[in-house]
Amino acid sequence: MNALKKAGDVVNTFTKKWAEFIIKFKWPVMFVTAVVAFGLASQGKMEFDGDYHVFFSESNPELEAFDALQEKYTKDDNVILVLTPDNGDIFTKENLKAIEELTAESWHTPYSSRVDAITNFQHTSAQGDDLYVDDLSYGSETKSEAEIAQIREIALKEPLLVNRLISENGSVTAINITVKLPGEDSAKEIPEVMVSVREMVASFLEKNPNFKVHSSGLIPLNTAFFESSMRDMMLTMIMFIVVVITTLILTRNIFATISTLVVVIFSIVSAVGFVGLLSIKLTPPSAVFPTMIMTLAVADSIHILITFLQKMRTGKMNKKEALVESMRLNFMPVFITSLTTVIGFLTMNLSEVPPFWDLGNITAFGMSMAFLFSTTTLPALIAIMPVKVKIREDKKDEENSWYTSLGNFVTQRPVTLTIVSIAGIGLMTFLATKNRFNDEFVNYFDQSVQFRTDTDYISENLTGIYNIEYSVSSGESGGINNPVYLKKLNDFEDWLNQQPEVVHVNVYSEIARRINRSMHGDLPAYYRVPDNREEAAQYLLLYELSLPFGLDLNNQINVDKSETRVTVTIKNITSAEMIQFSKRGEDWLKENTPVEMHAIGVSPTLMFSKLGFRQARSMVKGTIIALVLISLVLLIAFRSLKFGLLSIVPNVTPVLVGFGIWALYKGLINTGMVVVFGMTLGIIVDDTVHFMSKFLRARRELNYNSRQAVVYAFQTVGKALVTTTFVLLAGFVVLSTSTFALNSYMARVTTIIIVAALVIDFILLPSLLILLNKKHDKALEPKLQADFQLVEKNKNI
Amino acid sequence: MKTLIILLFTVMFASALVAQNASERGLEIAQKAEEADLGFGSSTVELKMTLKNKNGQVSERSLFTKTLELIEDGDKSLIIFNSPRDVKGTSTLTYTHKVGADDQWLYLPSIKRVKRISSNNKSGPFVGSEFAYEDLSSPEIEKYTYRFLEENGDLLLVEQDPVDPKSGYTRRIVSYNKNLGYRIEQIEFYDRKNALLKTLTYSDYKLYKEKFWRASTMRMVNHQTNKETILNFNNYNFEANLTDDDFSQVALQRAGK
Repeated sequence: MNALKKAGDVVNTFTKKWAEFIIKFKWPVMFVTAVVAFGLASQGKMEFDGDYHVFFSESNPELEAFDALQEKYTKDDNVILVLTPDNGDIFTKENLKAIEELTAESWHTPYSSRVDAITNFQHTSAQGDDLYVDDLSYGSETKSEAEIAQIREIALKEPLLVNRLISENGSVTAINITVKLPGEDSAKEIPEVMVSVREMVASFLEKNPNFKVHSSGLIPLNTAFFESSMRDMMLTMIMFIVVVITTLILTRNIFATISTLVVVIFSIVSAVGFVGLLSIKLTPPSAVFPTMIMTLAVADSIHILITFLQKMRTGKMNKKEALVESMRLNFMPVFITSLTTVIGFLTMNLSEVPPFWDLGNITAFGMSMAFLFSTTTLPALIAIMPVKVKIREDKKDEENSWYTSLGNFVTQRPVTLTIVSIAGIGLMTFLATKNRFNDEFVNYFDQSVQFRTDTDYISENLTGIYNIEYSVSSGESGGINNPVYLKKLNDFEDWLNQQPEVVHVNVYSEIARRINRSMHGDLPAYYRVPDNREEAAQYLLLYELSLPFGLDLNNQINVDKSETRVTVTIKNITSAEMIQFSKRGEDWLKENTPVEMHAIGVSPTLMFSKLGFRQARSMVKGTIIALVLISLVLLIAFRSLKFGLLSIVPNVTPVLVGFGIWALYKGLINTGMVVVFGMTLGIIVDDTVHFMSKFLRARRELNYNSRQAVVYAFQTVGKALVTTTFVLLAGFVVLSTSTFALNSYMARVTTIIIVAALVIDFILLPSLLILLNKKHDKALEPKLQADFQLVEKNKNI
Repeated sequence: MKTLIILLFTVMFASALVAQNASERGLEIAQKAEEADLGFGSSTVELKMTLKNKNGQVSERSLFTKTLELIEDGDKSLIIFNSPRDVKGTSTLTYTHKVGADDQWLYLPSIKRVKRISSNNKSGPFVGSEFAYEDLSSPEIEKYTYRFLEENGDLLLVEQDPVDPKSGYTRRIVSYNKNLGYRIEQIEFYDRKNALLKTLTYSDYKLYKEKFWRASTMRMVNHQTNKETILNFNNYNFEANLTDDDFSQVALQRAGK
């Protein structure tokens, strides 16, 4: 006990000396820290990256499989423009002409390599031994009524078009622009494409006001990511205002507010410098770092400032004394809570999703700087500024009496409260297991984002946005013309078309059937795959010779003609259903085709579907590491194994409660929410640290029993905990307004967890402290008389 | 003021003259190149086509080509596929026209029939290669408009804009070697959005009959996909003395056997 006390004394003297040093050299300290902050800031550079690939680490197996598929065929992204004419019929002379013009214009899109529309669809027809291959509608303005009726009939019967480029009733059509980004600087290339497309659409609408245009595809998705990063960055401004108001309310002091702002600004600009130095490109998850840092940094300052103002308002201490005392009392708790927060954020490095590595590292750095500035710049500034407070002893007691009664309430019925809490937590934990993963990337954006509403429109009126691709191999060069292969591929196509989730199947067997029919004078009986290998190969050669620029088959057939690509468009289904569907396709191939034709399903959709599950698996490890490290920090801080272990309860249970309530609220969790475990652990641990440290102090230094110590803890830190919870809530509520679900869901569940943490720290933790210290209390029994008087007396310590 | 107007007109006139001269000079160069190649009559050549993707995976095709020179209209050509095995014997017969769509027939040995392909599409890739059909067909003067760009040592650079609205290109920049019979050394192809798409380089030139330059190697690199195709020409024969009869539909059927 003596040695421990000594250690405590060492810390006390150190912090005291530290505070005095800073007050003495307030100007140099201020100057040096400002130089550090703005020195770092001068290296700052904010660049954004919207490419959806950023969500996948290089070793992500789904990404590898998808890249491998793209290597075999073509590596490309797309923009899909969906056109809806007011008259509800695509097939009029004017409408076809407009589509034809927009199609021609689409070829001018930067990096475009292919444009598919109904007008340039390569229609094949036969007359005897003459084979005609031409655009379905070329020079539409010269077409007669009869010709247009014929075009309509062909289009609405064409499996390659219906539900892909034209709706079944012919009222909605699409132009699909394929772009091949060089991939050197996606932050430049993607906006370049999007700007051009937007301009093109705007001038199209000006000329054709009778059309509505909706756009989707991978490029608009990337753009939406990009723009949501920027928007979330703007939340910083709102957060700034919230910080000013909150600090003003809580401290009721203009100087305190100014110094808090200075600390916050220094922390953020330092973090911006960090981003620049490491040349991190910001993405939607990592772009929220300023708000994160601001929220957490404010909490540090608030702790120091509130104690300082409290001490000054008693009238018993002057500014300098109050400052030194506040630093003495708060240095260790602020250090420990900063440390645990940093640990919590650093565990994001174990995530599967690179943007969270960035978020974790930037915030961890920002928090370290926030600690530094809160313990240097903040006291220096307070020392510099002419801080004045009104002395009001009476009010403080009133305020505190609420916390005292709460303390008394808890100490009187620890058993009941423990049972109730454990039952509640148990129920919530059970509910938490009812949450389901869902990473439908369309739903990452809320309905205020145009990408989302446009995509929803397209799913409802034309085709699906999600797809799965299989690269089906024949096992030999030129083998795709093998009739056995073609028949099996055709069977696969039929099977896929029977599945309820499937909207459209794009597969070579359909082309093979179509050419075969054309080679036999368009006889419907020949709408089947050729049954002779040479025939199939020669038909394909002929067909390929007749295709125009950009509409070749290289995106479906590999160079060696040994593999073909099957693209299945799917309805909007959940991640779990998507994974299950892809598996069903794989299984069908396994059961019904020779081994060389077995293939795995890949696509960006599937990559996102599996991301949540991967993330969860990796974050289990991260969370355990965070838990062990943080418990270890607490164990050392409390200098007690028992209390260190006990602290796990109030640190872990809020997350369970949070996700339990979430199950009732949404029930769906996404990749962004998985990082919450490690992150909130580092944040909510603050409550436990403050509460338990005061509890232990009361027992160790004042020789209180557990009940008295609990009441003491309530009186000393009750208000501070409510205050910081309030600040954290404000921050995460601001973040929860993000239009990007990875951020907003994460923020929302965090707000629930933060509240749950406070409740648990006020109800369950003190109950447990009392129940588990019965033995210790018995030893103190003789001293136990008149404990409340004692507590009253020591209230202000 | 007067002098200013005169100056302005002079400048405008001069620039119009330059523009006129540029297109005239471009056309002139193309014509000289055509003239230099005039009179070869007919030729045959073996052709090996090597397709490479960006990972270096290779796929080969081998063909045999016969060409007949025509003066009033475009040349006639016959291409016979020897490999891949599945398409062995498949042959195409093409009558190039100076104006309008070419005529094209295909003989398919598997069904022993000649099919006529009616298509305006000459811009697609030729058998999966980086060559479009329009890159390989005979270069008729009427198919482009011309603009002389610059003289660079022996090389004369001429921009050629295709007349066909269905062409895959907005323009191509052709380098002629003025000292070596106006033979083509390089062509750069710009796609519909006017971005550099491909570069074709001619090498290993040989002089036949002391007049006709023929490259033994043509290498087409696609800058957007990083794929490339190499053509190797072997055994040029200018003594075959082919006639119209060798370029009939009957001849097409015969060729495939």
